Amino acid sequence: MELLSIQQIEKYYGNRSSLTKALNDISFTVEQGEFTAIMGASGSGKTTLLNCISTIDRVTAGHIYLDGTDITALKGKALNRFRREQLGFIFQDFNLLDTLTAYENIALALSIQKKPAKEIDTAVRKVADQLGIADVLQKYPYQMSGGQKQRVASARAIVTNPKLVLADEPTGALDSKSAKLLLERFRYLNRECGATIMMVTHDSFTASYASRVIFIKDGKIFHEISRGQADRKHFFDQIMDVVTLLGGDMSDAL
Amino acid sequence: MLCKLSFGNIRRSLRDYAIYFFTLVIGVSVFYVFNAISGQAAMLAVTESRNETVSLLKTVLSGTSIFVAGVLGLLIVYASRFLMKRRNREFALYMTLGMGKGRISAILLLETVIIGIGSLGVGLLLGIGLSQIMSALVANLFEADMSMFRFHISGEAVGRTMLCFTVMYLVAVLFNSAVVSRMKLIDLMQSGRKSEQIRLKNPVACAIMFLIAAAALGIAYYEAGWKFAAMSRNKLVLCIAVGCAATYLLFRSVSGMLLRVVMSAKSVYHRGLNAFTFRQISSKINTAVLSMTVICLMLFLTICALSAAFSIRNVLNANLKSLCPADFALKWTAYEVRDEVHQQVYDDAEQRFAACGLDLRGNVREAVHFHSYLDPGVTMGSSFGTLREELEQANPFLMTDAWEEIFRLSDYNRLMQLYGRETLSLNADEYAVVCNSDLMRGIRSRALEAGTVIRFFGHPLRPHAAVCTDGFVEPMGQRLNEGFFVVPDSAVSEESAAADYFIGQYASEDQAEIAQFNKTLAEHCTKVQEATALRIAPNLRTKQQIGEESITLIVVSTFLGLYIGLVFLISCGAILALKELSESADSVGRYEMLRKLGAEEREITRSLFRQTGVFFLLPLLLACIHAVIGIRFASHILEALGRQRLGAPVFAAAAIIILIYGGYFAVTFVCGKSIIRGRK
Repeated sequence: MELLSIQQIEKYYGNRSSLTKALNDISFTVEQGEFTAIMGASGSGKTTLLNCISTIDRVTAGHIYLDGTDITALKGKALNRFRREQLGFIFQDFNLLDTLTAYENIALALSIQKKPAKEIDTAVRKVADQLGIADVLQKYPYQMSGGQKQRVASARAIVTNPKLVLADEPTGALDSKSAKLLLERFRYLNRECGATIMMVTHDSFTASYASRVIFIKDGKIFHEISRGQADRKHFFDQIMDVVTLLGGDMSDAL
Repeated sequence: MLCKLSFGNIRRSLRDYAIYFFTLVIGVSVFYVFNAISGQAAMLAVTESRNETVSLLKTVLSGTSIFVAGVLGLLIVYASRFLMKRRNREFALYMTLGMGKGRISAILLLETVIIGIGSLGVGLLLGIGLSQIMSALVANLFEADMSMFRFHISGEAVGRTMLCFTVMYLVAVLFNSAVVSRMKLIDLMQSGRKSEQIRLKNPVACAIMFLIAAAALGIAYYEAGWKFAAMSRNKLVLCIAVGCAATYLLFRSVSGMLLRVVMSAKSVYHRGLNAFTFRQISSKINTAVLSMTVICLMLFLTICALSAAFSIRNVLNANLKSLCPADFALKWTAYEVRDEVHQQVYDDAEQRFAACGLDLRGNVREAVHFHSYLDPGVTMGSSFGTLREELEQANPFLMTDAWEEIFRLSDYNRLMQLYGRETLSLNADEYAVVCNSDLMRGIRSRALEAGTVIRFFGHPLRPHAAVCTDGFVEPMGQRLNEGFFVVPDSAVSEESAAADYFIGQYASEDQAEIAQFNKTLAEHCTKVQEATALRIAPNLRTKQQIGEESITLIVVSTFLGLYIGLVFLISCGAILALKELSESADSVGRYEMLRKLGAEEREITRSLFRQTGVFFLLPLLLACIHAVIGIRFASHILEALGRQRLGAPVFAAAAIIILIYGGYFAVTFVCGKSIIRGRK
């Protein structure tokens, strides 16, 4: 089933004298239950794309449909409701509220939706088990490691059962071991819980956990590969081939 | 280049500086207004005695101005250092670019000069405008004619304001330079990374601390508010110290306590942004315990100062009507020196005047001439009878060995007829105690209730009633009559006559003429005193003089209370506002996060409103509770001034507080809202 449909979106920055086309006529669709990675060098427009899908930024032209709703037409309260009910966010720098415990950070996403306290407790404990953070729930962000923080942030993103989870460089601030642990969890969420995940990254290793990788260069789709039945290592090699093809632009990001 | 940087900085951090500038402008204008008051008063008050009031007012207000300058100076130093801390990253940038510390200091100096000149200019203009409005209050207090009012600018006040604030700014600059010279680049660069550890304090420890503080406060309240009679100086100091310490501990423990309570109510805690809001509030309170304590105590003083200032006025005006029913009262006390010891003897004032060829009744329409009696056996202590020891212990300030003044019933009643007050009737074996000081009434009534029998000149008499009779002999502006005895005429012996009294009304209604009569009478008294071999202590009190004293007290206390109250209020408001705004600026990221999670803008605004509200309300709330007890205690101390309902003065004080403190709250909330919406 088609969940997300992106149709010829464009995003321009600046004015007439110096126009930057951050996104230039991008179209693709994402199926329900897919784990998509978007790769590209710095300045390729991948984060802009994610911001447009997450309604943090507005497109200049084109349409984005999520489950049949044109989200580029949403405004004000409808936009806020869409964000809190349909989307889950994971950021590179975790963005946890440092005054709240892990438990409260996760619960906040639900309490903003005005869910009753009992339901909140059950949901938080369930998602904490899934992400392996049940033992840090009463800790504050400053008492946790980076990996734990990112898993708490992930828990916050999926606790509301969003249609789409958006992750912006989720492993960017993690060491390789924590990154691997997090990505294993993402795969688990994707396979066992049926979460649809879209992740922006410039790291081939991170991308290799996805089932499909879209490459972006200069605001356009450069290439796209699907894993199919291949195992992760093999998929990683495939991704590396494309990265090499993309040229020196991305080598510095590796 | 430096100039450009300084201007740019101020323009860029306008939001931070807005509150600072606003506070400075108010500070300057208040300073000017109160320093200009004596000039205005001099213009409106023409009589000679008013001039004395004006000069007293001037002395008091300029003395207070030194204190106020100190408070405002501290505020300026605090605020400017606070604003500097927010700019550490900027200084780090300058230093990495190779700018020396001297030049950074120069930038700061330039900024201070710009802000200083701006605030002085705007503040003085505002002050000159406000002081014209203040004239109405001056005229009202002096009961003066507003038609004498002209637009007035006090050069002296302008000069003084400029001098004081220049000194304050200089001190701030010196402090800033000292801070700059101690700055280290590494600290500056890392200052952005917040490593503030939000530790939830041990809830049990918090609860214990809270209970101890509450109990200590309760005891201090009880001692000050209810057991005031037994209050000694040391005990009062102890009570104040306990109050301050308990206030600190309350603020230290309250957030931990409340947070725990709210957290246990899960359905409330996890509703909307409540969890976030409560955590924000608790972290704000935890990082500002000391300033909240200071602010709470300052607000407490403000409330007390304002209510006291306003109530003194009401009370004294009312007293003048009821406690001063005669134009003049002369108490004529004579002493004979025997073996170098002053021995009080009776001397008839009217005869003494006649002997000097003067007529005491010259300008008088109606007067009562009588004298009091003393019995060495009748002291305050002996009048307490069996309760003496108990009452002495409970009221250590009483001078129980002093002889009590005794009046004959007929003399007393003649005087009451002159005063238009109720007369007294006694049986042959009864005495009455007349007293109007609330404190003494309470003490003396205890002895009367017990039916204490006193021997007056050998006649045993019993109390006429179980309570004191309200009244007085000498007119006065306040309820200061601590009590005297009235006994049947048959009970006194003329050998014990003591002081002579001559109390009456003049044969004129015209105030100027009465002033002339008063002057003549005073001169005559001096003449007679000099012409007599006996040592004579004439005590002449006139209605005009008492009125002037009342007005002096009213004017000085009103302006003093307003001055200190206003300065404290703006200091409190400014400190809270600066803290809250910088907190908002630090929390921008958190609000951004909430928006990404899909929280409604309305909910976010409501959360900010609650945070700001609690932050402002908490110290005010505790200050109000303190003030209730403080005013209760103060009204016991000041009860001599008179009994009164506190309603109107407290409302007036509340109005001023709401206006200024509420104004700071509103400005803070609006600025905070724009800060957290800033990067959108």
